[in-house]
Amino acid sequence: MRNPLPLWSTISRRKSFVLAAALTVGLSGGLAHAEEEGEATEAAGDETIKVGVLHSLSGTMAISETTLKDTMLMLIEQQNEKGGLLGKQLEPVVVDPASDWPLFAEKARELLDQEKVAAVFGCWTSVSRKSVLPVFEELNGLLFYPVQYEGEESSRNVFYTGAAPNQQAIPAVDYLKDELGVERWVLAGTDYVYPRTTNKILEAYLKQNGVADEDIMINYTPFGHSDWQSIVADIKQFGSEGKKTAVVSTINGDANVPFYKELGNQGISAEDIPVVAFSVGEEELSGIDTKPLVGHLAAWNYFMSVPTDENDAFIETWHTFIEDEDRVTNDPMEAHKIGFDLWVKAVEKAGSTDPDAVIDAIVGLETKNLTGGTAKMLPNHHITKPVLIGEIQEDGQFAVVWQTDEEVPGDAWSDYLEGSKDLKGDWTDPVNCGNYNTKTEECLGAEAAE
Amino acid sequence: MLVCGMAWGQSAPELTLEQSAIGAVSDEQSAPMQPSVLTDAAAESGASASAEAALQPEAAGARDTEATMSGTTDRTAAAAASANDSAGAVSGAEVPATAQEQQPPASSQAAGAEAPTPDEAVGTDSAGDAAAVASGPEPPSLAAALAKLTDRSFKVKEQAAADIAASGDPRAAEFLKALLEGDLYYRRDDNRIVYAERTSGGWALTDALTGDDLGSVGSRDARKITINNRMRSALRTDIAALTLASPDPAQRLSAAKEMMGDVDDTGVAALRAQLAQEEDPQVRDAIELALAVAGLQAESPAERMAAVQALGTSLYPEARNALDDLIGTEQDPAVLAAAEAARADMAQRVKNMRRLETVFFGLSLGSVLVLAAIGLAITFGVMGVINMAHGELIMIGAYTTYLVQLAMPNAIDWSLFVAIPAAFLVAGLFGVAIERGVIRFLYGRPLETLLATFGLSLILQQLVRTTISAQNVIVENPSWMSGSLQLNPALSLTFNRLYIFVFALLVFVALLLVLKRTALGLQVRAVSQNRAMARAMGVRSARVDALTFGLGAGIAGVAGVALSQLTNVGPNMGQAYIIDSFMVVVFGGVGNLWGTLVGGLTLGVANKFMEPWTGAVLAKILVLVFIILFIQWRPRGLFPQRGRAAEG
Repeated sequence: MRNPLPLWSTISRRKSFVLAAALTVGLSGGLAHAEEEGEATEAAGDETIKVGVLHSLSGTMAISETTLKDTMLMLIEQQNEKGGLLGKQLEPVVVDPASDWPLFAEKARELLDQEKVAAVFGCWTSVSRKSVLPVFEELNGLLFYPVQYEGEESSRNVFYTGAAPNQQAIPAVDYLKDELGVERWVLAGTDYVYPRTTNKILEAYLKQNGVADEDIMINYTPFGHSDWQSIVADIKQFGSEGKKTAVVSTINGDANVPFYKELGNQGISAEDIPVVAFSVGEEELSGIDTKPLVGHLAAWNYFMSVPTDENDAFIETWHTFIEDEDRVTNDPMEAHKIGFDLWVKAVEKAGSTDPDAVIDAIVGLETKNLTGGTAKMLPNHHITKPVLIGEIQEDGQFAVVWQTDEEVPGDAWSDYLEGSKDLKGDWTDPVNCGNYNTKTEECLGAEAAE
Repeated sequence: MLVCGMAWGQSAPELTLEQSAIGAVSDEQSAPMQPSVLTDAAAESGASASAEAALQPEAAGARDTEATMSGTTDRTAAAAASANDSAGAVSGAEVPATAQEQQPPASSQAAGAEAPTPDEAVGTDSAGDAAAVASGPEPPSLAAALAKLTDRSFKVKEQAAADIAASGDPRAAEFLKALLEGDLYYRRDDNRIVYAERTSGGWALTDALTGDDLGSVGSRDARKITINNRMRSALRTDIAALTLASPDPAQRLSAAKEMMGDVDDTGVAALRAQLAQEEDPQVRDAIELALAVAGLQAESPAERMAAVQALGTSLYPEARNALDDLIGTEQDPAVLAAAEAARADMAQRVKNMRRLETVFFGLSLGSVLVLAAIGLAITFGVMGVINMAHGELIMIGAYTTYLVQLAMPNAIDWSLFVAIPAAFLVAGLFGVAIERGVIRFLYGRPLETLLATFGLSLILQQLVRTTISAQNVIVENPSWMSGSLQLNPALSLTFNRLYIFVFALLVFVALLLVLKRTALGLQVRAVSQNRAMARAMGVRSARVDALTFGLGAGIAGVAGVALSQLTNVGPNMGQAYIIDSFMVVVFGGVGNLWGTLVGGLTLGVANKFMEPWTGAVLAKILVLVFIILFIQWRPRGLFPQRGRAAEG
């Protein structure tokens, strides 16, 4: 729908990107190295390396995903300013799957089959990832998936740069339980795979921690749900029965706006019933009046308000690129930056964009994250991340109130679910399996993926 | 793996954090741990070091000293490390003074409570402070307490707020309120606490203590003092205690309500003192209830009995919870019986309120359905045109609201009154254009009309995507649409739903009057009943068709204004309503406005009564199934049109 190519054509931007490139420290080491090896790659003949961007630019998920498309264009432009990759320029190929899950699979096939992209950065909802997964496995493509998700998956062709449940949901529940003394739980989510699996894990975890059945309320709503009055009234009632109550929200997309509005209208403040959200970040908040939301929580691995030099530089680059000082940064943007850095490093290490070479090269590579730590690609294709809990402030930013003291390694298979606690993903030799059973010591293979 | 969280969960399973925090702080008057931790935190954050560097030594140190303290320590350090700027860390030297004000009795009281919420912990906090004021040498100075607010650690700020409350200064309540409302700022070069007002390009500052005008500074030179949830609930309790004797009855009322279920002995004394001189009946009731809730924990059974009776059948959740606690521990059989009877009555009353609430929710959902469907009742019901672009006409109305708000950004409160006629006109004109451009060529060919209008709906969506944005746009709520009407503690109706319900009825009545009382309405009815006869009588049927379709489209636009206040405004929003609209019209009876009203409201209420059992997803499916079955039984809907024209 939109042509991404003219983006690096203006002179003023070019200038700013020299600055931006200088500020980014993570990649500078590999640059000269890359240029030397550029001649030697076997993919001669192509003048550019194509990078696919698979994010919804319309429909219910556009609110979240459009920014990620812009982030990818920025990262690619930045890399090109530094001389490209393997001596070639990177060329973004942007498609719009329009929040339509089957269309994601079609567009993924188009990117891999016709455009012959070297890697794809994309997807937000788990249902879209599940829909493209068979395509990437069949055509041996590479997908970098930047959003927190429900786990229970480890594919050879996918790199999960967002949080697994043990890097977001479980620590958030620990925070509520231990710091705020929460005893009753509302697990509210949109009706699809991520909230359902996450809530299943959380329910098992809470019950193992001695929470009774009647102290857990689970509720699902359709995508784009707008009539929240009775659900919010139920939550209010559930929370007025004496025990400290909190809502763990896996509500996704634009349904959050009327949900928080209704909370505000029915007079539920964060001191009474805090809502901790896993899908609401700076981007989602920039669209609504945050006054009634002040004090509600979100758990992420990055907040725009984190005061590190890397983050300041990233925000400055972003503002220069998007030509708008008011635009915010958020967690999936950081995940895309980490994923892109790791992919670049892996391609440089392998000296090729060949998927098999990249898959072999990328495990164990490290890059700096924006919160002052290190992100490392693990054998299960997840990365290490710090966990941060933030309270919503009136300006739509988060004040960090809690964080883990070191990075948490992403766990593909939850330790709290029967049938998944013995599994592990390991894509290095000799295991080379996404669902290896450590007890029976055998790989379950593709047919057991569900 | 889950470093902090798991460690706490295992180290202090039976203690909640608040208890451990208070216990640790008050027990350690002699131990130097707390000051040193805070000094570390302040020093670390002053150097703006990385988060984990700040966390590790302190976490380790705290665990060595006392396991239960670790939560607090990490939190302090995390908060300190995460705060934004590097200026203004308070030196650790000030901290010991504040730590000493925590009295040991406070912690034992907190530990005795069954499930201390932050409020309760804070209540005991202030009790400790009050004791310190009474017995200690002198209350903390207001200026010193205010200065501590610039610290980055929420722990230090929390203490500072408690100090302000304990200072005894008459302005204390004012400062605490300003802090709660986010009106307190500090100047970055000298950490002076100020009130700041936005000016173009910066802030106009007033010294908070002296009221001196400090001139203006740039937008980066003043910073808001941020607070967290614990501080917010602590502030509310402190403010309540300070404003219980306020001259404003509304403030006294909210103070009494805030203190309900959350008072200690000093609070009870303050409530009693206020009750003796209180004249406002509402405030008296609230204070009496608060005292009754507190009285449930009295020593003598007679006092507890009196408290149970005083509670009556109060609808306050605090009263129910206090009674539940009492029933769990009560030894005296007479008091127990009275409490159980009162609790059962309360439960019944709450249940009734919940039923009323569900009816309201249903009517509100129904009114949205009626609004969405009523335009369709004209175009489909009266004219017989299957207009698949009806949802997009609603969307056009919503976008008109957005554009009106863009045009008058300083008068959002009034924007809806401009948007309603504007949306009617814009959507109406689109309607006339659609009728003249497409539909008039397709009369009598319903399948082709269906396909053509479906195509139109896609065109209209794409039009909005390309001219405005593919993303949702923000339509603001006027201030009078926010909040809720509190009928009693268990029943409140949100204003936006209430207004939209009334608005839907007004639109319905207006439309009915147009059809029944105007010349246009007469012609519309004539043409819809018998086109040939109407033409023979001199009615220009083509013009009437265009106007009728325009009217239906205009009403859809008006519905869009109402929906923009409830839901997201985006290019796809119309699709969410097209199915519902057809459902309502078919269910109510084609060609009958009353059918649309009754049908819409019935479906809304049915949906809301089913939702608690089935969940939102299944409730919708069941309603659809019900309608399909209903149509089998009565193909013409609830209120079928009668007469030869309808049957012919």
